[in-house]
Amino acid sequence: MKASLGTSGLILNEPFLWEKGKKGRHGFSLPRRDVEPCPLNAELTGQGPDFPDLSEVDIVRHYTRLAQWNFGVDTGMYPLGSCTMKYNPKTNEKQASLPGFSGAHPLVPASLSQGALKVIFELCQYLNEITGMDATALQPAAGAHGELTGMFIIHAFHKKQGTQRSKIIVPDTAHGTNPASAALCGYHPVAVASNEQGILSVEAIAATMDADTAGIMVTNPNTLGLFEENIQKIAAIVHAKGGLVYCDGANLNAVMGVVKMGDIGIDVMQLNLHKTFSTPHGGGGPGSGPVCVKKQLEPFLPIPRVVEKNGPYILAEDYPESIGKVAAFYGAFNVIIKAYSYIRSMGAKNLKKASQLAVLNANYIKEMLKGTLHLPFDRPCMHECVFSDKHQAAQKVTTLDMAKRLMDYGFHPPTIYFPLVVHGAIMVEPTETESKEDIDQFIEAFKTIASEAREDPDKLHQAPKRCKVKRLDEVTAARKPCLAG
Amino acid sequence: MRYLPHTAEDIFSMLRVVGVNKLDDLFSTVPNDCRFKGDLNLPEALSEWELNDHMAALANNMAVSPEYKLFVGAGSYQHFIPASVSYLLGRSEFVTSYTPYQPEMSQGTLQAIYEYQTLAARLLGMEVATASHYDGATSLAEALLMAIRITKRTKVAVSSLIHPLYRRVIQTYFEPTSYEILQLPYLNSGVTDVSGLDRMDDLAAVAIQSPNFFGCIENLQAAGDKVHDQKALLVASFTEALAYGLLKSPGSQGADIVGGEGQSLGIPCSFGGPALGMLASSKQYMRSLPGRLVGKTKDLDGKRGFVLTLATREQHIRREKATSNICTNNSLCALAAAMYMASVGGTGIRELARLNHDKAEYLKRELKKAGFAIPFAGPTFNEFVVEFPSGFEDTYQRLLEKKIVAGLSLAAYYPELSNHYLLCVTETRSKDDMDALVREVKA
Repeated sequence: MKASLGTSGLILNEPFLWEKGKKGRHGFSLPRRDVEPCPLNAELTGQGPDFPDLSEVDIVRHYTRLAQWNFGVDTGMYPLGSCTMKYNPKTNEKQASLPGFSGAHPLVPASLSQGALKVIFELCQYLNEITGMDATALQPAAGAHGELTGMFIIHAFHKKQGTQRSKIIVPDTAHGTNPASAALCGYHPVAVASNEQGILSVEAIAATMDADTAGIMVTNPNTLGLFEENIQKIAAIVHAKGGLVYCDGANLNAVMGVVKMGDIGIDVMQLNLHKTFSTPHGGGGPGSGPVCVKKQLEPFLPIPRVVEKNGPYILAEDYPESIGKVAAFYGAFNVIIKAYSYIRSMGAKNLKKASQLAVLNANYIKEMLKGTLHLPFDRPCMHECVFSDKHQAAQKVTTLDMAKRLMDYGFHPPTIYFPLVVHGAIMVEPTETESKEDIDQFIEAFKTIASEAREDPDKLHQAPKRCKVKRLDEVTAARKPCLAG
Repeated sequence: MRYLPHTAEDIFSMLRVVGVNKLDDLFSTVPNDCRFKGDLNLPEALSEWELNDHMAALANNMAVSPEYKLFVGAGSYQHFIPASVSYLLGRSEFVTSYTPYQPEMSQGTLQAIYEYQTLAARLLGMEVATASHYDGATSLAEALLMAIRITKRTKVAVSSLIHPLYRRVIQTYFEPTSYEILQLPYLNSGVTDVSGLDRMDDLAAVAIQSPNFFGCIENLQAAGDKVHDQKALLVASFTEALAYGLLKSPGSQGADIVGGEGQSLGIPCSFGGPALGMLASSKQYMRSLPGRLVGKTKDLDGKRGFVLTLATREQHIRREKATSNICTNNSLCALAAAMYMASVGGTGIRELARLNHDKAEYLKRELKKAGFAIPFAGPTFNEFVVEFPSGFEDTYQRLLEKKIVAGLSLAAYYPELSNHYLLCVTETRSKDDMDALVREVKA
């Protein structure tokens, strides 16, 4: 292959914060004291936390060195399946940090927060349009939180119908958050297997759906990167038995402007603004997980809701059937601004183009790598494709080995060992923001790794070699947890 | 579009590899009747420069400091954030990475979160802190569910001086379950009345916030003794993390689990989100904790390194049997908090907390002198309740025109407290600001 992207350069070791500094140093400009001291009763005061004292330079070097041990989308391709690691536009960061937004207090009168309320109101409208749903609430703080909110809504709906139901259908390809969210809401998740084509069959749902089942949680496109082609028939079966259809919208990036979930039988869904709408993942959040519903579920949405009342926007609380609040305030507003900026920058045409190119990139990778890696479902995919390590099994090279070796070539590995229905899964989601050259380089790296697997498998077992650390002992970490220094 | 790198030539050659003629044909597995045939009805795309103008106009339609003098806290606190923290937090290696599933190329996030867990645990006086949750309200709700799992009991008692919006979140989380929430009333002194605990049985946990919603400092130790007599767990909560720079930590007063809000630690108010859910416990309960945990370990060469650990509690392994459904948490907010705690340092956080307390005491004293009632006499940190004369609403509106926000009216949360306002003073309010407030409310 051409020169590898991955190389090794000088990075610096860095101790713990508390191994640095000296008592008496400051990294903070203490505000002027313009009032007299007024000591608090000594019985109430403690010793103060045992924090190190560091200078500003100590801190800046510390975190700069730590940052250099990390890999982000800005560093290179990060094809983590189901996570939609697309480019995070810099103008969005700038807009979110405008002092009018970052300094806004959530509990001042609405008349003082019209700009923020307008952003929330309009983003809800845009998301309604993109999903084909009727109403949106932005309060949930992440995808799984949106799922949980959706479950609360389904629960409240059935309560209003007069009979509570105990089960919910969750396909075997679902994200782990789906059954966990359902369980938090008291539902017993019933697993349904996908068929030989990797999607849900009408028959399987018909055989499972009954009057004690609250509904179904479908991820569409699913985690194999396949569109659930039978979704309308499945929805009809679920609806006929009085159930509701929940869509995990984590994979919406495949179908913006192509499919409106509200038109194909979905009653409630969550979006992940940190996936589809380009807001950064932040090393694991903050995200934002808006929940979108059809008209009949609108009364149950979390409150307050932003409504327009003869001009100004207000925070309306008067929804007696609402599930209540799922977060203290109005959601991850700073993230909401970034998603809003993204949609305003893209417009309808580019959002659709983004989905088309995301699907193009995934199908291109699928075609280019399908001889190299085993492809369990050889059909047109959506925004991601799932391979396995079956071809490498003879050399005793696993998905994990190949993933670790990819790091040496300068790529973040794909999602591995998920979905669970594919043994040794390698789930690649390139997103639309990767160029053909970068993707070609990724493909070439994977092909090189496959030939290394044949010729020198031990090289893979030892990988990665170019990262700050080698493979880590996760077993001891879990057996003898050391969670604080 | 500058985020989409494909040229027409790229698209053409890639389509050829895939074996289709045009982009639309990529969606052949989407049944025709599932397709949306029209164009999305969204505003026309803006150039970067048009977006700047558009967003600036929206942001300018907001009342924020320094133009406005806010005396509102109630779960969202305005504190100074060093430029170094904002700057470092913008490092794209932190911002544009995801949950560190691949530890070898995520050691920066992992060590930083391990350090956050350590400083958070020290601040709260606990042994273990998680990598973060969404906000104080959801942390507290998860802390109570955790206590139910540990004790296998079904009732929790929640102080009525827990932030009212947090209590509403707890209610939402508990609604579909069979668990029961009992409410503890408050005393005239502005602290939780725990005398009724003796008559409550089968309690999994008792939740008390300190400083509480009225700003008053609770005696967690005394409450904890009562709670532990019942073999229930003391769940301590907080909205103002900076208070523990000065006050006794919840852990040192016997809290078993702590769930609260860390926004004060270097995170802008940002209209209430994202925030930082902090959750901590003693070691014996660590395997019941919800959410991510980072642990220290070694690599093949024996070098120090970090990994996500105890994953068998989590949804991606345990699915419906997980301790929580949480996946994406608020990692970057935890990082901000760690940077902030490191910046103020042990000496600085104490000074800063003192300054907050002393400033609030100054305003309290001046308002008292001006003839306004301070209904709850107990000691407070940087928030306190004032009872203004009836009809104060007009004064409040008049002050808004002068760009002063004179606290938060409590009537919506505590109907019995009409004309009562919760006022907050942090280091960002000067003596002049406070003097102006007193002058105006007297006028």
